Amino acid sequence: MMRMLQLAAALLVVALAPAAHAQKEREVSIGLQAAITSIDPHYHNLSPNNSLLLHVFEPLVKRDANQKMVPGLAVSWKALDDLTWEFKLRKGVKFHDGTPFTADDVVATYKRAPNVPNSPSSFATFTKPIVDTKVVDPYTIVFKTSGPHVLLPSDLGSVYILPKAVAEKATTEDFNSGKAAIGTGPYKFVEYVPNQRVVLKANYGYWGGEEPWDKVTFKILTNSAARVAALLSGDVQMIETVPTSDIAQLSSDKKFALADKVSNRVIYVHLNQWNDKTVPFVTAKDGKPLDKNPFKDARVRKALSMAINRDAIAERVMEKKAVPAAQLLPDFFYGTSKKLKPPKYDPEGAKKLLAEAGYPNGFTLTIHGPNNRYINDDKVAQAIAQFYSRAGLEAKVETMPSNVYFTRATKGEFGYMVLGWGTESGEQGSSLRSLLATHDPAKGMGVTNRGRYSNPAFDKEVADALVTMDDKKREAMIQHAAETVMNDTGLIPIHYEVSTWATARGLKYTPRTDQYTLATELKPAGK
Amino acid sequence: MLAFTIRRFGQSLFVLVVMSFLVFIGVYAIGNPIELLVNPQADEIERARATAALGLDKPILEQYGTFLARGAQGDLGRSFVFNVPAIQLILDRLPATLELALAAMVIAIALGIPLGLLAGLRPHSFAGRAIMAGSILGFSLPTFWVGLVLIMFFSVHLGWLPPNGRGETVALFGVQVSFLTWDGLKHLAMPALNLALFKLSLLIRLTRASTREAVLQDYVKYARAKGLGPRRVIGVHVLKNILIPIVTVIGLELGSVIAFAIITESIFAWPGTGKLLIDSINQLDRPVIVAYLLVIVTIFIAINFVVDVLYSVLDPRVRLGAAAAH
Amino acid sequence: MGVLADDDTTPAPAAAAPVESPWRRFASEFAESRLALLGLAMLVAIIALALAAPWVSPQNPYDLAQLDVMDSKLAPGERSSTTGKPYWLGTDDQGRDMLSGIFYGIRISLFVGVTSTVIALAIGLAMGLAAAYFGGKVDAVIMRIADIQLSFPSILIALVLLAMLGQGVGKIIVALVTVQWAYYARTVRSSAMVERQKEYIEAAQVLALSRPRIVFRHLLPNCLPPLIVVATVQVAHAIQLEAALSFLGLGLPITEPSIGLLISNGFQYLLSGKYWISFYPGLALLATIVAINLVADQLRDILNPRLKK
Repeated sequence: MMRMLQLAAALLVVALAPAAHAQKEREVSIGLQAAITSIDPHYHNLSPNNSLLLHVFEPLVKRDANQKMVPGLAVSWKALDDLTWEFKLRKGVKFHDGTPFTADDVVATYKRAPNVPNSPSSFATFTKPIVDTKVVDPYTIVFKTSGPHVLLPSDLGSVYILPKAVAEKATTEDFNSGKAAIGTGPYKFVEYVPNQRVVLKANYGYWGGEEPWDKVTFKILTNSAARVAALLSGDVQMIETVPTSDIAQLSSDKKFALADKVSNRVIYVHLNQWNDKTVPFVTAKDGKPLDKNPFKDARVRKALSMAINRDAIAERVMEKKAVPAAQLLPDFFYGTSKKLKPPKYDPEGAKKLLAEAGYPNGFTLTIHGPNNRYINDDKVAQAIAQFYSRAGLEAKVETMPSNVYFTRATKGEFGYMVLGWGTESGEQGSSLRSLLATHDPAKGMGVTNRGRYSNPAFDKEVADALVTMDDKKREAMIQHAAETVMNDTGLIPIHYEVSTWATARGLKYTPRTDQYTLATELKPAGK
Repeated sequence: MLAFTIRRFGQSLFVLVVMSFLVFIGVYAIGNPIELLVNPQADEIERARATAALGLDKPILEQYGTFLARGAQGDLGRSFVFNVPAIQLILDRLPATLELALAAMVIAIALGIPLGLLAGLRPHSFAGRAIMAGSILGFSLPTFWVGLVLIMFFSVHLGWLPPNGRGETVALFGVQVSFLTWDGLKHLAMPALNLALFKLSLLIRLTRASTREAVLQDYVKYARAKGLGPRRVIGVHVLKNILIPIVTVIGLELGSVIAFAIITESIFAWPGTGKLLIDSINQLDRPVIVAYLLVIVTIFIAINFVVDVLYSVLDPRVRLGAAAAH
Repeated sequence: MGVLADDDTTPAPAAAAPVESPWRRFASEFAESRLALLGLAMLVAIIALALAAPWVSPQNPYDLAQLDVMDSKLAPGERSSTTGKPYWLGTDDQGRDMLSGIFYGIRISLFVGVTSTVIALAIGLAMGLAAAYFGGKVDAVIMRIADIQLSFPSILIALVLLAMLGQGVGKIIVALVTVQWAYYARTVRSSAMVERQKEYIEAAQVLALSRPRIVFRHLLPNCLPPLIVVATVQVAHAIQLEAALSFLGLGLPITEPSIGLLISNGFQYLLSGKYWISFYPGLALLATIVAINLVADQLRDILNPRLKK
């Protein structure tokens, strides 16, 4: 009997032993955190989609690891005048089905992009400014815009080019099945299983040169523990969004390498300034309502900003994966002001300012935030509450899933809102406009200004800047606008998220500020 | 019998409609999906367009009316997030969940009944007590905790089993199943074990309790008096009589296993419907939430119905009782 | 088990030899199992700790002013960087003392579990008795509703309800009660239906005792035994359900964590070596549930008439 058991056990071990995942030399699996919702590049303007589809499709203008614009399918572009842009296209590029790339494909693509049926978030915003398109020759195209639109090249960087035949006829389902997934990118589409995986294979004729991988498999692993476990067990060779709790262990483990970079995502606080008199969830310490909205007073806002220990949050809550923020983007981005520095932690100074503003005993407020959207979002909210209790305020915390949070925040139901913002355009001007300009959606100003902060001087600075075509002049104007609004504490910036990728040793990932996870940036170490 | 079936059918339909209405209103009460779907950098015009595209600009009752009308024709709407028919998303993933649930039930039954029998026949022996203590543990440990410990041990530490996902599948009667491939079994082992643990403990306890009761019954005494060997007494008489309530419980628990798979699917990234539901709730993908609940409840009702019929067929007391009542 | 009812309708025996009271007998039967006694002892200790939490905890983990994020994730035994006091079971990622967190967490978990069970029991009892006693249409309606609800898996109902209601102790109790009442109603009704046929009820009716009296003094006590067992187990069940819901991100607010929430918070640290954040609360939860189940097991064995031979 024992013999039998021993034999059985031995067989079991042999059978289950890791059948050395015989990875062919140039195959790699990558674990992603967020699910892709479609292979149709114009269906859903969602960061995970845009990131993954960049392997298969390409736009006219691409962005490097710091989100600076570099030539993509267009080799150069320039503004001929305030309303006209000329793009020169790349020659000798072929789509995956062999057809050559020309200006006609661009025209057809831009016709399709804003009109995909049932799109929950379309690309119309990017193509809208174009009122007229002229094909000068197969490799030169001229766009006329409705008004001066300085961000046109950047916006077009978000619209991926399809072959004319595909753009004219394909439906979203055709892309998901692979029939229409034809682009110019370094990888070709093989398979898409929704919520599970996407498989790509190398495009050997790619104009940009040879890629290090023959086959790439992206696995969707939304549960962080599952994602880390997949890396630890060798199931995948790289993961994105490493949970901060695992960073210490992975960095000391010789089998893995970490790569990180500060991102374009800032975590900040919007203070409810909808109303002069009332503000939700803010009362005197005895529970009675206050006689006016304290957040309308710049001194109160500044005090609230000074009372937050950003270094402690970056160090302890974010495990060093955060950089204290003074504005909306780290200061190597276009439009950021080097004069702005994160406020020093000063609870005594905050108490003094509050007393000056008429609140010597502080007040009670509730910090609202999401709990499943940004890295450690609920922990950041709780840490802020701790700091406020040391500055004489009484802070409660309420976090909730983002499906509830954002709806209510947009309706102005909260007083103190922890939020995040990732700047896709790579420059601070458009973000300042979206978050801090006086809320006027018809004019496209302050669309996501949930606090309803309003400063007419600032509005003018931002509006003027965004129609100034000269790059250097515009930069100075945006910097000045940033200084104006941050010195007035229009919102409270807390930190910039640092994105972390973990790879199996022997591989090296070149990290990016836009948090994209690209197989094209993953190379065997030493190459 | 026919009248019974028709009545049940009518009731079930009523349940489905009421439930779909409640969920519709409920999801509407949670939040606005547009907030989650639209790119935050989009402008107001884009938001309005997206709202109209998804039909969310109409009053909620009108949306429900449209849903009912289309639902009667079998169209349960398209997922807001994926833009494919909601019912298709669910049916694509249902085989994975059913496979996991059935595997868990098989483990639970194959281990639970013999162990429970043993514990019931020798309740005061060491083995009996050990099994009972084990079952209490299995009953009390939180599923998600056990799941992670399993992964830590078998995947990370020993490297024997893959930590997540489903293995290779082959088509069986047109449905994709993974338990017929070796790779599939390796992927199925831990999640099935994790899910089975709770039911296993339940079955052990139930079997033990029933066995203890059965052993005291007169018919067992007579069988022994007749001189039948213990194997036959237990294997034939006791087993047959305890199986009836156990089978009904198994049937009812199957539905519950499908539901509790949500947690296991989350941890092991098993591509089933439970995970789809959580994601849909997080993204307020209402068509998928409603479609999922309708499908699950239908399955439940079907299982309950089958169990009821089986019960009346198997248990002569019920049959005779029904006959006597006429 | 018509023991109690018999006492009522038969003349009391002449007070000669002292008869062991039913409670005494109950206690001695219970004590037959060492395991059950262990469970009971554990349970009493846990409840005592939960009730005394504000006085025995080194720190009030719900008071944000007492937490220091600079003390976060300290291992068991390490000292605070500001006060120098040792944290016996370490701290979590907000600087919350694990020992205090466990005491308060058990308090909330027990509170939620017991309250929801008691309320669900009360509602289920009322419904079940009504259905059994009045029969007919009342019975049909109540049982239909209960059946419909039982045909949904509890976790799904709780999930969708909580997604709609939001967070908070009251809301989670509402969700748990909604999920549980039907089970009691069904159990009570079956019991009551069986009891109703028995002779002592007929006798009571013949004696023209009033309806409420029959229901409360005769029907009810005899339906109680199975109910007690079910209720005890359901408390454990409710606590586990709350823990699972916390894991999925719904339920109690993060600044006042229950044991379930503590475990799910510490979940992400299990793979990176900071096991104590999830492990000790996990042990506490396990101990609580095991204790409850041990007691319930013995109760079931004692109260099961079919084991009395």
